[in-house]
Amino acid sequence: MSTSDSNASQGSIQSTEALQAEAASRSRILEWIMTVDHKRLGIMYILAGLVFFVVAGIMAALIRIQLAVPHNHFLGPEVFNRMFTMHGTSMVFLFGMPTIAGLANYLIPLMVGTRDMAFPRLNAFGFWIFLFGGCLLFYSYLGAPGIYGSGSAPDVGWFAYAPLTSKVFSRGHTVDYWALSILLTGIGSLATAVNIIATVFCLRCKGMTLFRLPLFVWMVLVTAFLMVLALPPLSAAQIMLLLDRFLGAGFFDTQTGGSAVIWQHFFWIFGHPEVYILILPGFAVVSEIIPVFSRKPIFGYPVMVAASIMITFISLGVWAHHMFTIGMTSVGNVFFATSTLLIAIPTGIKIFNWLGTMWGGSLRFEPPMLFCMGFLFQFLAAGLTGVMLAIVPFDWQLSDSYFVVAHFHYVLVGGLLFTVFAAVYYWYPKVTGRMLGGRIGKWHFWLLVVGFNLTFGVQHFLGLLGMPRRIYTYEAGRGWELWNMISTIGVVFQAAAILLFVYNLVHSWYRGKQAGPDPWDAWTLEWATSSPPPSYNFRQLPEVGSRRPLWDLKHPDDPDWYHEE
Amino acid sequence: MTESSPTTRTATEWKLPPIPKVGVLCLIAMESSLFVIFVVAYLYYIGKSLNGPLPRDVLTAPILASICLLSSSGTIVLAEHAFKANEMGRFRFFWGITWLLGAVFLVLTGVEWKHLIDEGLLISTNLFGSTYYPLVGLHASHVVVGLFLLGAVFLFSATRRLDKRHLMSVEVISWYWHFVDAVWVVVFTTVYILGVY
Repeated sequence: MSTSDSNASQGSIQSTEALQAEAASRSRILEWIMTVDHKRLGIMYILAGLVFFVVAGIMAALIRIQLAVPHNHFLGPEVFNRMFTMHGTSMVFLFGMPTIAGLANYLIPLMVGTRDMAFPRLNAFGFWIFLFGGCLLFYSYLGAPGIYGSGSAPDVGWFAYAPLTSKVFSRGHTVDYWALSILLTGIGSLATAVNIIATVFCLRCKGMTLFRLPLFVWMVLVTAFLMVLALPPLSAAQIMLLLDRFLGAGFFDTQTGGSAVIWQHFFWIFGHPEVYILILPGFAVVSEIIPVFSRKPIFGYPVMVAASIMITFISLGVWAHHMFTIGMTSVGNVFFATSTLLIAIPTGIKIFNWLGTMWGGSLRFEPPMLFCMGFLFQFLAAGLTGVMLAIVPFDWQLSDSYFVVAHFHYVLVGGLLFTVFAAVYYWYPKVTGRMLGGRIGKWHFWLLVVGFNLTFGVQHFLGLLGMPRRIYTYEAGRGWELWNMISTIGVVFQAAAILLFVYNLVHSWYRGKQAGPDPWDAWTLEWATSSPPPSYNFRQLPEVGSRRPLWDLKHPDDPDWYHEE
Repeated sequence: MTESSPTTRTATEWKLPPIPKVGVLCLIAMESSLFVIFVVAYLYYIGKSLNGPLPRDVLTAPILASICLLSSSGTIVLAEHAFKANEMGRFRFFWGITWLLGAVFLVLTGVEWKHLIDEGLLISTNLFGSTYYPLVGLHASHVVVGLFLLGAVFLFSATRRLDKRHLMSVEVISWYWHFVDAVWVVVFTTVYILGVY
């Protein structure tokens, strides 16, 4: 500290050496706790997300073990309810959101060519409030004695429908833990969203016009807008829920004339945009990786941007397709069915553009590209079942069945999770300076593809055969045994894949091949600096003239800007 | 740029919006989204209370409070003009008036709540109480935050620590204050006009 004081007293700007001396004088853990560096916060977000992912994944495995055979007594009904509630809540709010925040934090300042996010301290605040919220949710296992005696976690499902959440049906404090902890993680996500928007608008390097932004930045930017508009409704609904439970208000209390249905409206007006908040960053990752591994610039850049913005707008007007079985007017049904079908158009445009990028390219089947291609197939399946579920009578038949479970796991696992893995394989060299093992990566990919499709593919059939979601066991002789057994067997493959992945992460950290600044021969600015980047990112802030600044640098004879005008 | 510059052409002019303004616009957007849900809940539950007291029995439109709050938007503009003209005395005068008008609004809201509580309306009494207190209270809490911000600026100015360099902070706080006023127009319409008739 004394070095910095003496420097400050001299009135000079601290030199790098002085900063390093100051850093060395602090302990390394304290360094990480006190950091406001976007790269460190990004890494912490992703690691925290990974921990919650493993925990919530183990819960999913336990759920599948319980359902493997009929009349199973592996988990009791109360434990089972807590499992699927905590699994869903954790995967969405404690894995999906922070992982996206982590990727955005790490990459956006590098991609737009600046030194940090616009609000570094707000960024640190957002991370720690998210982590606190996550811990609070799991603390409910110890601190929320419910009706069943000692400690119990929330057991009302991740969308916590009224009136199940009222004092009468949920005694104890489990629902309060659910509402409070998610309220806190929501504040963290909003902090990230503001930071993303302000960074992209205010800190782009010279020449980085909006239409030269990498598509990753564009899509994360529209995600941030969606967060700003869609997260506060959940916070508002949770505040109302807490008012109901603590002060006796009647928002969702049918006894006082309140409406249980309005909770569903408030939840899903957040909940459906949330799906796009989770999947648009997945699109963002794919839009960076596919061009680099096809050795072609992205096909239809402006259309990709327009499609992202279209998705953002439409996604704010589709929420009640989660509620067709509640009973709406036929006008309501038609409106929400139509808007939901409309969203397939910009999404389809994106898929065609990715295919157009790959068409005629010289494809390199490295792990990042493999995961992106897995994403393309599986997300297409997810989109098609989504279109099916948007048809109201079809939805009446299959709502709350395993068909829906299969549909949204194809979106969030087959879609989001695959792109997260693609992103980790693609940017791990940038973050650590070492390559992730490619052979293990391919094993990881193929095991996960097989396991994922075994587990969730057959759940489409289970849904069509009438198996409702969230039942803790079932009778024999309904034709569900075989599919449930196959579904559970898939878990073994998935677990093996995740174990390989974690091993790969740790092993490559020590033994991985040195990556160098630009191992993939890529084109965006993050590859222009060393791996890992210095804390100030760029010695000199870059200046760009096209969408692929590194291409211009490597090919001064044929720069992109010559063709883009 | 060095010779490793990724481009051969340089942008002649490079202007980007200031960070604080973009930040406060985001804040205003998310706060609007929060208020929309509370307003919708209020509108949805108009006339659905199972027992009294009902709005038309106990509510009187807070005309004086509304005049105070809305005119504070005017005084803060005058303060901003004075600030830009570097007339700090005039700035402090109008800024202080703004703070006072906000404070009067808050006190009048407190008086109104006292009256309603005396009439037997609590948050748990009926749906009117359940929706009224959170909506008006949410707005009032924004006024409280605004008063802290305005007060801090006033103190900095009174101790001569505020000068032209802080123009952005002054502007951003006044944007927030205008937002709080605009929300009041919506809340007033919802609660005291649509909710009563």
